[in-house]
Formats: sequence, C-alpha cells, structure tokens
Amino acid sequence: MRDHVIAELVELGKIDDSIILATADLGFNVVEKYSSQFPNRYINTGIAEQSLTSIAAGLALEGNKVFTYSIGNFPTLRCIEQLRNLVCYHNANVKVLAVGGGFAYGTLGMTHHATEDIAMMRALPKMDVYVPADAIEAVLCLRELYKKEGPGYLRMARGKEPYIHKQNESIDVTKVIPIKESGEDVIILAAGTILSEAVRAFDILVSQNIKCSVYSVPCIKPLDEQNVRSLARKAKLLVTIEEHTVIGGLGGAVAEAISGISSHASLLRFGLNNEFTSIVGSQNYLRSVYHLDANEVAERVIRMIKGA
Amino acid sequence: MKSEELARKIRIHAIKMVSHAHASHIGGILSCADIIAVLYNNIAKVYPNDPKNENRDRIILSKGHNGVAIYAVLAEMGFYSTDVLDTYGDNGGIFSSHISHKLVPGVELSTGSLGQGVCAACGMALNGKIRNKDYHVYAIVGDGECNEGSVWEIAMFSAQYKLDNFTVIIDRNKMQAMGNCNEVMDMEPLDKKWESFGWNVIMVADGNNHHALKEAFNKPIVEGKPTVIIANTVKGKGVSFMENSLLWHYRDPQGGDLKNALAELEENL
Repeated sequence: MRDHVIAELVELGKIDDSIILATADLGFNVVEKYSSQFPNRYINTGIAEQSLTSIAAGLALEGNKVFTYSIGNFPTLRCIEQLRNLVCYHNANVKVLAVGGGFAYGTLGMTHHATEDIAMMRALPKMDVYVPADAIEAVLCLRELYKKEGPGYLRMARGKEPYIHKQNESIDVTKVIPIKESGEDVIILAAGTILSEAVRAFDILVSQNIKCSVYSVPCIKPLDEQNVRSLARKAKLLVTIEEHTVIGGLGGAVAEAISGISSHASLLRFGLNNEFTSIVGSQNYLRSVYHLDANEVAERVIRMIKGA
Repeated sequence: MKSEELARKIRIHAIKMVSHAHASHIGGILSCADIIAVLYNNIAKVYPNDPKNENRDRIILSKGHNGVAIYAVLAEMGFYSTDVLDTYGDNGGIFSSHISHKLVPGVELSTGSLGQGVCAACGMALNGKIRNKDYHVYAIVGDGECNEGSVWEIAMFSAQYKLDNFTVIIDRNKMQAMGNCNEVMDMEPLDKKWESFGWNVIMVADGNNHHALKEAFNKPIVEGKPTVIIANTVKGKGVSFMENSLLWHYRDPQGGDLKNALAELEENL
C-alpha cells in the first residue's frame, strides 16, 4: 500500500511542482522512489516529528502542498498540537501519510500500534481522515487528499496487503463502498485492511443463512452520512470493524451519524475497548486476541441476530 | 519615524490595551518592543498597503503572548488604523492576547503555544531556499520559550539545511512564568548552545538599545548558517515599576499604575 501511495505521489510530483515530501527519518526503501526523482522537493527533518509538522505548515503557508510521512503515532499523536495550531488553524495544505495503522507493525509493540489516531485526527477541525482497505483505495484516497486545499490524514497499512478491489475498478472513496451483498439484515462497515476479516465474516454469516452486506468505509471524515443513515434504517444490525479503539473512530463516527435519526438498527462496534495492546504477535494474531477476527465477529453477530 | 519614537508608541498603546482588556504579559511586551520597532522600522521589508506582498520579509512572533506589541506596530506602520487597537480583548474583537492572523492584516502566523511559531518560520525559510526567494525570515522567541524541545529541533534542522535566510531573535528578558529563567530552568550558556548547533550567534548586550539592535541586524549574514541574535532586554522596560518584576507578567495596570506608566512613557525620549 505504501509503495503504491509513494508511486502515485511521484506521478503527482511530475505534474505539480508544488508537492514536497517530508519525512522524520522513516521510509527506508519506500520514499527513495520519490526522493531520487525530486531531491529538491524532499526533506528529512531527522527524528523530530514536531518540527516535521511545523516546517510542513510553514512550507504549506508559502504555497507548497506538503506530505509528511512517518509511522502511525509519530506524525499524528506526537505532534498533535502542531497539527491543531499550525496546520489546522491555518488551514495549511499539509497531508499526513502514516504507515502501520492499527496492528500492522504487530511485533514491534504498543508504541508502534496506532490505535487512537483516527479519533484524535478526526477531532481536529478541517482535518479529513482516510483509512483505505487496499492499495487501490489508498491511491484513490491520496488523489482525494491531493485535490483538497487544507489538512488531511491518510492512515495506511504496511505493505503486501491483499487486494479487495480490481485495478481500474470504478470506486468513489468518499462514499461507503459496497463489497459483498446477500441481503440487509446485517450490514458490516469496515475501515482499513481489516475489511478482509469482514469479508470472511460475511462468508460465515451467509453460510448460516444470515442476510448480510459488507461495505468499505475509506473516508471516515467527512463521513458519507447520508448513505450510512440509509443503511442504518434498512438493517436490523449495523456492525463496525476497525483496528482502533471503538471510541471516536469509525464506530464512533457511525454512532454519531445515526444518532441524528429517529429509528435505526442497533450498532455493534468491534475494536479495542478502552485498552492498549500489550501482547506481542503478528497482525492476524493480534486481531484474534482483541476479538476482531472473522470468527469472533461472525459469532457475536449470530448471537445478536438470533437473540441468544 | 525614528525607531525610538515607534517603540515609545508601541509601549503606550500596549499599556492602554492591556489595561483596557485586563490582560496579562505587559512585562514581555515591553521587553521586546524595541526589537519589534527596529525590525519593522529599519530592517525588514514590509508593505502596509500590500500585506501579503510576495517579497515581504516574514516576521513571526513565536512568543505569541506578546501579540499586543505586533498589533500596535502594525497599526503604527499603517496596516490598519490605530483606532481599532482600542477594541483589544473586546467581545467579538479581532485581537486575541496570543497573536492571531485570522482577521489582522500583516500578522503572518497565529502562535501562543510556545516553541511552535519558530518552527513554522523555519519552514518558511526553507521555502525561500527551495524556491530561490530572496525574502528573509525573522522569528522572535522568548528565552523561557527556549525550554521547549521543539526549538532545538529546528535549531538542528536550520543548520543542517543551511538556512542563512533565517534569523531568530531571542528576547532575553531573563524571566519566565514562574520566576527567573536561571532558577526555573537554566539555559545558560545560551549562546554556546546555539553555537554548538551550528548557528551564527550575535550577542546584543543591551537589547533595548536601538543603535545596538540595528548594528546586530545589519551584520552581514554568514553564508550557509542561520543567525540567532540574543538580545539582553529588561522585562517591563520603560516603566520603572514594571522593570524586572515578575508581577507584571500577570498584572494589568489600572488607576494610579496606569496613570504613572503612561506619564513615564510620555515624558521619556
């Protein structure tokens, strides 16, 4: 995913001289595709995310389109106030590209698990938030962010994720995107690569004769509220899944969106429940430990829908 | 206008504004008034009738709590009428204590959280290098502000990226919110710290002396090095009972204090 995004940034960089890529000393073997082509429009601030973000804001206020790049929590939480004051308050054209969203860096430990980033970025006025499920969505999300004047956040996975979409598939990443459909009793919304678990859960649910649909939600802010509300009206049970705390991320955004309508499905949010990851393991292992794998999702949904 | 006269006007506006709004920070406003007067009057390229002129020098007040000094100098320079200064702190007004760019022509950047403005200023200087612009970037930083780690992040960056179009001016009034700088968090030797980061360091023994400030600003740049001017100032400068008094980091002059402060400023010069 990250390679595709950088490759797309190289393409944009060819046609738009105002693009600058700034890293806080991460992206080995990833950013070189860009930096070798545009050495004058590439900076490395050293391991210093506060100055990364502030310098990006200063550059943006001078007319540049600046993309900052680092791992999960570092270009987001580490410099959240610089994002708030310098980037968002000034509506500076800074786009934060973070790799390793959720448990993507599973074995690296909790410092490298981004599990509150969506909530915190989403809370910032003017900040758009994109969480793509595969490389195809990621490139389209980057294009949306590029088009926008002002702040944005792209929360990527790591690399080599399975494709959900086909190349050149016509999809609009600003909307909820239908992925699987066998009916509308249960509607699952997923953000990020964990969409693959939602798809597997779908297969289990269908095998149990439960009418179900799966949607990808790459754009968490601004959320496609109209369609989310319409799905919430149709479904008996609405489900959100994300590698993130259930507070303030996709689940939070959906809860807020449907709270404005008088009748809607119950909402079951899968994610971290007021907890940190403290166990070592692969991304898939951590998904199962924190009850986010397809089997657990399907089981809980079945219990809910059958009233057990 | 002579810069000394401009500084005096900034101080008079500042006393009245802070009093009117019952605001804080008059001590720091008075300590940097001379730096700001000299910078706007004699050094920087500014365009009151065209505030966003591409060739302007960028002036960032990183010690954002002294916004009043910038609001006042911009009015005196003709960016807007001095009359609006009377609305400082009023409900619905455009002037916040911590400087805001939103509705005030000539204000480059909103600051207030310390150690951030100087970093954005560094980004503006970097743009000058990348895009071959010949503007200069000035950032006014507090000595207490140098406690912030982010200041040192750009200290290393600016040297690494050879930003010789970037000048940081430290208003070294030797006091911060809770006491004397050397007692709260001793940053000395401040000049050696900047020097060791690769900066061209210029010391100004009396940073409230306009001749000395002009001399410092007019020193030729050292190619490939950012410059820091460490200006030794007096907190509360210009009002005898405010000088070197931490109380006036917080208190606003009213009644007799207001009258006496204005009387001192109006008779000086």
